[in-house]
Amino acid sequence: MMNDQSLAIRKFSDLANPTRFLGLAERLLPWFSGLTALLFVVGLYLCFTTQGDYQQGETVRIMYIHVPAAWLSMMCYTVMALSALGTLVWRHPLADVSARAAAPIGACFTLLALVTGSLWGKPMWGTWWVWDARLTSVFVLFLMYLGLIALNRAMDDPGKAAKVSAILILVGFVNIPIIKFSVEWWNTLHQPASVMRLDGPKIDPEFLWPLLVMALAFSMLFFTLHIAAMRNEIWRRRVTSMRRQAARNLGMEGRKA
Amino acid sequence: MIALFLRDLKLSVRAGGGALIGVLFFMTVVAVIPFGVGPDLNLLSRIGPAILWIGALLACLLGLDRLFQAEREDGSLDVMLMQETPLVLSVLVKCLAHWTASGLPLVIASPLLGLFMNMNEVAIGATMLTLLVGTPAITFIGAVGAAVAVALPRGGLLVSILVLPLAIPVLIFGVSAAYAAVEDPAPFLPPFLILIAITLFFAVIGPLAAAAALRSSSD
Amino acid sequence: MPVKLHVEDLAARRGEDLIFQHISLVLQAGEGLVVTGANGSGKSTFLRVLSGLLPVDAGRVRLEGAGSDNLAESSHYLGHRNAMKRELTVSENLVFWQDFMGDSPGGRGLPVEVAIDALGLSGIGHLPFGYLSAGQQRRMAMARLLVAFRPVWLLDEPTAALDASADRMFAGLVRGHLEQGGIVVAATHQPLGIDGVRELRMTGFAGVFAEAGY
Repeated sequence: MMNDQSLAIRKFSDLANPTRFLGLAERLLPWFSGLTALLFVVGLYLCFTTQGDYQQGETVRIMYIHVPAAWLSMMCYTVMALSALGTLVWRHPLADVSARAAAPIGACFTLLALVTGSLWGKPMWGTWWVWDARLTSVFVLFLMYLGLIALNRAMDDPGKAAKVSAILILVGFVNIPIIKFSVEWWNTLHQPASVMRLDGPKIDPEFLWPLLVMALAFSMLFFTLHIAAMRNEIWRRRVTSMRRQAARNLGMEGRKA
Repeated sequence: MIALFLRDLKLSVRAGGGALIGVLFFMTVVAVIPFGVGPDLNLLSRIGPAILWIGALLACLLGLDRLFQAEREDGSLDVMLMQETPLVLSVLVKCLAHWTASGLPLVIASPLLGLFMNMNEVAIGATMLTLLVGTPAITFIGAVGAAVAVALPRGGLLVSILVLPLAIPVLIFGVSAAYAAVEDPAPFLPPFLILIAITLFFAVIGPLAAAAALRSSSD
Repeated sequence: MPVKLHVEDLAARRGEDLIFQHISLVLQAGEGLVVTGANGSGKSTFLRVLSGLLPVDAGRVRLEGAGSDNLAESSHYLGHRNAMKRELTVSENLVFWQDFMGDSPGGRGLPVEVAIDALGLSGIGHLPFGYLSAGQQRRMAMARLLVAFRPVWLLDEPTAALDASADRMFAGLVRGHLEQGGIVVAATHQPLGIDGVRELRMTGFAGVFAEAGY
């Protein structure tokens, strides 16, 4: 009996941290979603009321979706890399939940960046896809996200999958600069500067405001989705562990009988 | 450590000729390309270095998933994990043995395939040299993938999916250096030196990450 | 200096599940411990935690009197799998392990031929390991314990797939190791036939245990 009790306490203390997180998520989520919606309303309003570019016409409005999505795709990987550090170095129980929950969101933002980039490319470059350095590195990033998701799905033990994918995330993270650098090298080698640089430092303030608001809106969207996904992941794990407990209890009753 | 190197070499020669299959795969892939792009010798000699590199990249990944899986299945990995010799060192030696058994034959076979692709002597030499320097990097990155997927029964495809994006820099600089040797304006040395740097970088990162992954996937 | 193994308030889990807890014991040089219990009671987990292959959840394990206080480096682990390559010959396998593992301070491993003879399988060292029968393979896996010296042996179901005579021979090996001042921890559900060993009985979930000497 004593053993059962100490077991219960240990399990409880293990769950304390995620439990606190669930409480926090419960309180934060409505505010976050509200703020996200508000920012999107303002941002989209600004997007469609500002003037179009005299060269690109209305298509420039794709930028307000495309650029924030591309930023987010990188920020999401950074969040995953930080979570991976949290898993490996501090062994924080929530870090692995965070990394796992962030991967599909990051993949979605990356896909959004790719699709909008491609849609933008058609009127600008006359083709759906250009092997431009930026597009290519984002595409590689997308492949890395998919690989991580595939790995996570292939492993059934979340604890083990956490450490292993954390290692892979970090290896990918130190690789991203190398990939970016090599893709740029490759690009200058094969494509004489025919591709126009759209988002240089000289951006008109006319475009800057909607862009910033949209970037903020996307970031809030990311945090909202991330917290919600983490909450779902914790719930999913609890359900799994309850099911296991049920199976074991059944087994013990069977043994007694 | 030499014992481990020799054992892995022996195994790769004996275990169904794993090393030979890699070379065969390499030759087959390269031999199939002309059927796809047509027998235009000028075109083939132009894309030759790239074809050889892509073929070598794929052939290097072949069999990498078994690098640690075989050790895990028969329990040898447990014993290796327990030793005083750092696991990183064992992983490094295993990678070197794997490269010697499956990467080096590719390098040696590449001149012959270069002839098939109608490449000139300089291009063949440059491709061989870049393969010699670049393929170890693929093995080292692949070791991370192999270690990560060690517990998965069908990890082979997954290893390729995980490793190929990370191997893109190796491919880029390998092919760039090979082309730079043939095409006049581009200098050969910068991409070649970067390729060496990448290989050395992965020689450190790869075994470290692979050892960490192996430790955490023991059960 | 004689070796001494301390296990203090050890607990381990697999995934989320706590397998056992509060296991404390001390083994002196020359002492053996037999871990018994039903399937799934945590015998294998206990041995894998001792050998450092699974993380310790609570408590600690340490070894005194050996080269390092890290138990994993000073012990042999014989698990369910034999850690031998089917494609290599028996001698090649053993020579490899001898070179790779080296000896712990305080002892020397036997030459490979002597070890093969000690297992009663003289003359088959040149055969590929894969050609041997299951029982012979298991015996050859035990030869690894002899070719490299380690003060502590951690054995998981060592005598599964062995016949009675091989059982007796194995008991002889263990006795010899104990007489030389080694320590043996073996999980088993058939008696090893060795006198004077202690027993750790794993009673399944929650790791309630009873220690009894017999």
